[in-house]
Amino acid sequence: MTVPTDIPAQPSPPDQRPVAVRVRDLTKKFGDFVAVDHISFQVQVGEIFGFLGPNGSGKTTTIRMLLGLIRPTEGEAWVLGMDVLREPAAIARRVGYMSQKFSLYPDLTGDENLTFYGRAYGLRGRALARRKDEVLELTGLSRQRHRLAANLAGGWQQRLALAAAILHQPELLFLDEPTAGVDPVSRRHFWRLLYDLAAQGTTIFVTTHYMDEAEQCHRLAFIHRGRIIALGPPGQIKRERMPGQVVEIICQQPQVGIQALREAGIPEVALYGKRIHAAGPDLEARLPALEELLRRAGAGPITLRIIPPSLEDVFIANVKETASVKETASMKENVSDEGRTTEDGGR
Amino acid sequence: MKHVVKNVVKNVVKNVEKQSMSARSQLPNAESRFPNSVHHSMNAIETHQLHRRFRRTVAVKALDLAIPQGIIYGLIGPDGAGKTTTLRMLAGVLKPSSGQARVLGQDVVRDPEALRPHLGYMPQHFSLYGDLSVLENLRFFAEIYGVPRKERAARIQRLLRFAQLEAFAQRPAAKLSGGMKKKLGLACALVHSPRILLLDEPTNGVDPVSRREFWDILGELYLQGVTILITTPYMDEAERCNLVGLMFQGTIIQQGEPEALRRLAPGELLVLYAPDLLRVEQLLARFPDILSLQVYGDRLHLFVADAQASRPRLEAFLRERGVAFTALYQDEPRLEEAFVHLIRQAQARQAAA
Repeated sequence: MTVPTDIPAQPSPPDQRPVAVRVRDLTKKFGDFVAVDHISFQVQVGEIFGFLGPNGSGKTTTIRMLLGLIRPTEGEAWVLGMDVLREPAAIARRVGYMSQKFSLYPDLTGDENLTFYGRAYGLRGRALARRKDEVLELTGLSRQRHRLAANLAGGWQQRLALAAAILHQPELLFLDEPTAGVDPVSRRHFWRLLYDLAAQGTTIFVTTHYMDEAEQCHRLAFIHRGRIIALGPPGQIKRERMPGQVVEIICQQPQVGIQALREAGIPEVALYGKRIHAAGPDLEARLPALEELLRRAGAGPITLRIIPPSLEDVFIANVKETASVKETASMKENVSDEGRTTEDGGR
Repeated sequence: MKHVVKNVVKNVVKNVEKQSMSARSQLPNAESRFPNSVHHSMNAIETHQLHRRFRRTVAVKALDLAIPQGIIYGLIGPDGAGKTTTLRMLAGVLKPSSGQARVLGQDVVRDPEALRPHLGYMPQHFSLYGDLSVLENLRFFAEIYGVPRKERAARIQRLLRFAQLEAFAQRPAAKLSGGMKKKLGLACALVHSPRILLLDEPTNGVDPVSRREFWDILGELYLQGVTILITTPYMDEAERCNLVGLMFQGTIIQQGEPEALRRLAPGELLVLYAPDLLRVEQLLARFPDILSLQVYGDRLHLFVADAQASRPRLEAFLRERGVAFTALYQDEPRLEEAFVHLIRQAQARQAAA
């Protein structure tokens, strides 16, 4: 088994594709609270771009600015070549939006829901009928079109919501946690659809806090407390942005092992089945010391190995790093809606 | 903070111990705070040919479960597989159509009341009282679970600390964030110090940082010997369980440790990074070794029968066609890949029948 500890760097392809979204120093303040703090990024046409961050990190505020629903406090944003400040109405016609909450009418059939949304986008008569057929075909819902939306299984509701969001052939599609709570088989089917849309030139902007979704994106931004703290393809982020290593430990007495590792000040110690995952800086160099530590604590026969970090490992490590830097820099903090400040403050 | 949490868990568990002493003496072979280390002398949860019908639909079919004490058991499966129905029957809130279910040796149908002191249940849409504060919710649940008055205040304080909700004790539950609501739900399910926890997709809508904290709490409970049965649509969470059961159409079609289930993926895995994935994917339709192919954002996952043999062939195949690739290596399949494969197999078998 080759452990992919060093995936060769991908040469960034000379990207000639046009830009669908360009954001520079975009900032949004609500009173004293900085919801989005000078973020800059670009999304290429046909790219699936993921925005990964906890609740309250600024994901939705950014999307609302890009859709022209709220005005940025500072900075610039261009969507499909249009300035969000000057042409919000024109942008709205050329983008699609699928929210995480099922936004369809449960007591209408799939077909009726599509008619409703199609009319809202100004589609009528034969053009509407043709587009409905096309999106139902694409999402594999043709046979379900006359069922009430409420009666569709979870994964199918997501597909119907997607069908509604692409009826008017948007060039840019915003998706908010599109497969939250959906089982892996349905999720895979849904993402297959997204890859097909992207291959046909639709740009897709996904906000999520699920690693399963983030892993599927072409490129990712980690967003935390309104700032972008990492940006790149998932593989590259995993390779370059993990501050340290993850060690998988198998020992006879995991409860003893966990205790010993925490007392030794290892930043992240978690149980995976019977195995312990420990993460922290320089663990690779400290492997013999860790083994000795566990043996002395009486954790029984021990095997240790370095494993590649998961995207979640990398995300958590970066969030904690940012949080601790911020806290040493200033004692005064915004209390996020998760109350994270209070929690971190005690650690 | 971590230490505080740990101490709180210890205290919570001490209470579990105290409270369950009397119950334990009645149970056959009840023992061992750490059955996860070696002994499994009694199953915490057992079902035999459990069925549940809703009109014409069979939600749970001939289900045989045997969950040892003190483990984290993950129940996974596609939507509609019967996971929630199973949990509801085990919690004693839904009657089976036929078959038996025992929790801690007690029959859930015949005597659901006897189990209540030992069982914590967090349904998918659990009802907190939105206009009651965090503290009032906990008091309410303490009341309905009959937690002795003398112990209430202290226990609620411990749970608030444990769930990291102390600072929000006076906040109405409706005004909590998603992650905090779930932690409050868990705290409410723990208010009577149960020995068994049934959790139905407890982390839906919870962000990654809170999710990790939630799992840290579960880990502490596990280390103290509480048996946890959890359903989840997320395979990285299933990887954190000791034993995983894959449910399809009302019954378990595979069960094993996560490491063992992963090996049921359709072959060995090669991971390929390339700048032009679309082109590679199209070309690979003509590469005979591939059993199954999956696109991820910046890479392809290719399943082959023999990774060592296929790897050089694949390199040559791509080079001959002038396709650039940046990395090609063997990796361990993920649980998700096994899940998708096994479910598709089951669906195909069903379609053929």
